[in-house]
Amino acid sequence: MATLLRERTAAAVPLAADPALWRRINRRTWLLLAAGALWLLGFAFLHGTATLSLPAAELTDLHRILNHFNAWIADNRDGNPVFVYLLTPLRSAVGWVAGFFMAIFAASPSGQLIPVMGWLGTVAVLTWIAFAVGNVRVALLTAAVFTFFGFQGLFVDAAYTFALVVTAVLLTLVAGIPLGVLAGISNRVQKVLTPVLDFMQTMPTFVYLAPLALIFLIGPASAVIATVIYAAPPVIRLTAHGIRSIPENTREASDSLGTTGWQRLRTLQLPMARRTIVMGINQSTMAALSMVTIAALIAAPGLGQVVVVALQSLDVGTAVNSGLAIVLMAIVLDRVTTAASQRAEPGAAKSRRLSGRTRLIVLGATLVLALGVVQLSRTILWAAVFPQNLNIGPAIGDGVNAASGWLQANLYFLTHSFREAVTVGILNPFQSLLTDTPFYLLSAVIILVAYAIGHWKLAAVTALSLAVIISLGLWNDAMVTLASTLLATIMVMLLGIVFGVAMGRSSRLDQAMRPMLDAGQTMPAFVYLVPFLGLFGATRFTAIVAAIIYAAPVAIKIIADGVAGISPTVVEAAVSSGSTPWQVISKVQLPMARKTLALAANQGLMYVLAMVVIGALVGAGGLGYDVVAGFVQSSVFGKGLAAGLAIVFLGILLDRITQAAAATPVRRQVPVRKQVASKI
Amino acid sequence: MARTAGLLNRSLPAAAAAVGALMLLTGCGAATVNQGVAAGPAKTDCGTINVALNAWVGYTADAAVFDYVAKNKLGCTVVEKNLNEQISWQGFASGQVDVIMENWGHEDLAKQYITDQKVAVDAGSTGNVGHIGWYVPPWMAAKYPDITDGANLNKYADLFKTSESAGKGQVLDGDPAFVTNDEALVKNLNLDYKVVFSGSEAALIQSFRTAEANKTPLLGYFYDPQWFLSEVPLVKVNLPAWTPGCDADPEKVACDYPVYNLNKVISKKLSDSGSPAAKLITAFKWTNADQNSVAKAIQGGMKPADAAKVWVDAHPEAVNAWLK
Repeated sequence: MATLLRERTAAAVPLAADPALWRRINRRTWLLLAAGALWLLGFAFLHGTATLSLPAAELTDLHRILNHFNAWIADNRDGNPVFVYLLTPLRSAVGWVAGFFMAIFAASPSGQLIPVMGWLGTVAVLTWIAFAVGNVRVALLTAAVFTFFGFQGLFVDAAYTFALVVTAVLLTLVAGIPLGVLAGISNRVQKVLTPVLDFMQTMPTFVYLAPLALIFLIGPASAVIATVIYAAPPVIRLTAHGIRSIPENTREASDSLGTTGWQRLRTLQLPMARRTIVMGINQSTMAALSMVTIAALIAAPGLGQVVVVALQSLDVGTAVNSGLAIVLMAIVLDRVTTAASQRAEPGAAKSRRLSGRTRLIVLGATLVLALGVVQLSRTILWAAVFPQNLNIGPAIGDGVNAASGWLQANLYFLTHSFREAVTVGILNPFQSLLTDTPFYLLSAVIILVAYAIGHWKLAAVTALSLAVIISLGLWNDAMVTLASTLLATIMVMLLGIVFGVAMGRSSRLDQAMRPMLDAGQTMPAFVYLVPFLGLFGATRFTAIVAAIIYAAPVAIKIIADGVAGISPTVVEAAVSSGSTPWQVISKVQLPMARKTLALAANQGLMYVLAMVVIGALVGAGGLGYDVVAGFVQSSVFGKGLAAGLAIVFLGILLDRITQAAAATPVRRQVPVRKQVASKI
Repeated sequence: MARTAGLLNRSLPAAAAAVGALMLLTGCGAATVNQGVAAGPAKTDCGTINVALNAWVGYTADAAVFDYVAKNKLGCTVVEKNLNEQISWQGFASGQVDVIMENWGHEDLAKQYITDQKVAVDAGSTGNVGHIGWYVPPWMAAKYPDITDGANLNKYADLFKTSESAGKGQVLDGDPAFVTNDEALVKNLNLDYKVVFSGSEAALIQSFRTAEANKTPLLGYFYDPQWFLSEVPLVKVNLPAWTPGCDADPEKVACDYPVYNLNKVISKKLSDSGSPAAKLITAFKWTNADQNSVAKAIQGGMKPADAAKVWVDAHPEAVNAWLK
């Protein structure tokens, strides 16, 4: 209790006693109020003027110039040295690696449908690898899930997907870890790389998929490269982060022994950053898997194809069956890489039950067993091709179709009126506030808000981003997108706080919720869009719901971790001083998890933004629609490219503002802390 | 800290050993199941044909029948690739697509790849006739008989209001890949409507399905032949009839869509190769009824290849005429 009090007062005093800080907070409130007043006045008097709206089929001169990009690639592919000496060999190399893994797991190179390793061999080898890098539990999970793919009637498709994900992750690591190390030891590299990584993560894949298919041709090689572009940033960032967070004095101690840069890297930095690097591998693997359906659009084989083809005939059941396989594969890859990262923990070796030598013997014996099974799967048909009569995929599909039909038939009027209420009551007025206010006025308001939160530097970044969006000719579409994005983010945060706090307070609930959250994050949105269309129609609301499903799990997980991470003594103190559970949540746990809340808001926003393009497939309109149209119509390709850039800059703007808001103290916090302190 | 035998150090040799052992097995020449399968049908001079599969079931029906005949009567190796229209045309340039089975207009792409780059060739009509237009669910045509005349649309605009259409009637558009003049039509015909972009064909079909099931109003872009019309027979709304040249300027269009004679497009490479498949694709011709019968079977859950076999077995003269 005594230590607790000391902590508390130590934390509260500088906040309350620093008059400069108070002034700044006050000034900020005034600036924000002024911005709000300016906005409302502008909306009231200048409503509908200077909205910069551009009908869907119309282009600006810039869009027409960008239209030539595709034609330029087509013209230069054969002659330009960059293509001949760099891109074409790169394609062949990537294609070779992808072909190698596909041949092993999914199909032999002669074009037959039987892979080098049959299904049983694949299961055996993967189980052994899971055991070698992880533990017995994840090995059993691997065996169970990969066998289940067979029962789903999807083993070959799953094997294709697995082969492509493995290829993409390997290439990601080959390129990503050295880059991450460089960014970790050099500030200059870090500075150059950060905006590039932001760009890679926020640029919608649909924008570069068509040019990519032109450069690297249709098929697995392009799909792998598109996947690498999206999946590389997490491992680069986390590798750099891991190296940077090694304590300064540890490094100095090593330097004082006279180590060279290379020695330091090999003996100190890489080993100490190992756990963070493996976490990066985990994140990149998940990102790679989330590209499966999109890669199917340029003819990459696998589970994504099944989803895309099933949806052409609105066959929800088949799509869900395949989506389930993707989710399960994601769970396996997540658990195995997580187990690997725990094994990589510096102190983990001591607590192991098996000694190093026993473990080696066990590994050797099981490897021999696995190879025996592989040989079996190469010689006996039932072990090579999963028996057709064990296929329960159609049964799963029929069940899902029946359930989704029932939902659509019986819930429609309920969901319909709910949608109408939200759209007419909240979304339409809010969107009108954004789209009908003159662009110069709204820009000024946003820049003022940025200045209030983060001063000149943030205001400058904001002004630049807005200027780019305006000059791309897509201001109005950007505001349509912004309205839905902000509304979805608010819903994500509400869900995040409710479920995150509940999960943070109860580890049992946490365990029960995790698989569902994983499913929400990895189930391809294509799969649940059709039933949602049945329930909510082709509207912006449907797009918002889809975005919430994808983004809420992240926010919930972050908040749950934050709440669970609060020192238990603090909570106990509050409870013993007679606080009700509600008071504990609102006065202790939420305020103390404030940083986590801000992080959750930031990540929730980014994830919602990642769904802008998918949302456009169900009626979201705005920038997402421009991107989708640009992907499928060469005459509006330039507009799609411009819309992609606009999404990137919208993302940068929102990211920087929320990060700055997270970094500065919030006014509300001061009285809250005082209250808790006085109670104790 | 000196213990650097990390995760990678430990698992890499292990993985390498696994891969090495695997390669040993692959090379050891034991009789494997693969070798039995590899002896498939004898190869002929037809070679490999890459067929683009676009996203609608009518197209799938065309492709299924062509693929079945090419495989089984000519001994070709057929590779099917699921692609959208734009990417399919790109494939002509990169040599990765040989056949597009059902092309709807796309004059810009035809100009780029047939006229300018000369990598593709028009392979003639499929015999199918395509209609694009505005459609309403059947219950509306029954309840409001005069709605099928486009001149009456403004009278019903209130009916089609939604939360998305900003106080006007809603015209729902589908996949952005499809040919559309709808925004210009609304403007030039002075309709009190707003075009709302659903963004995908799945969204459009699902919307019509819900509208018919719940008897809610819906006006939307649709086209025939399409499998969904055999589930819900949508009724076309007639706009001012198409006359040659009335849609020349996309900004000033004030007439209905033309009737599309759907055609096949093949790569220049295939066309020049003298492969029997090139002759087959050029001769391929059937009716909307033929296509619908195959498309319906596929829609009903049959595999495309099986549905194609049923049709081919039932129409030997038609197939023989293609092969002559």
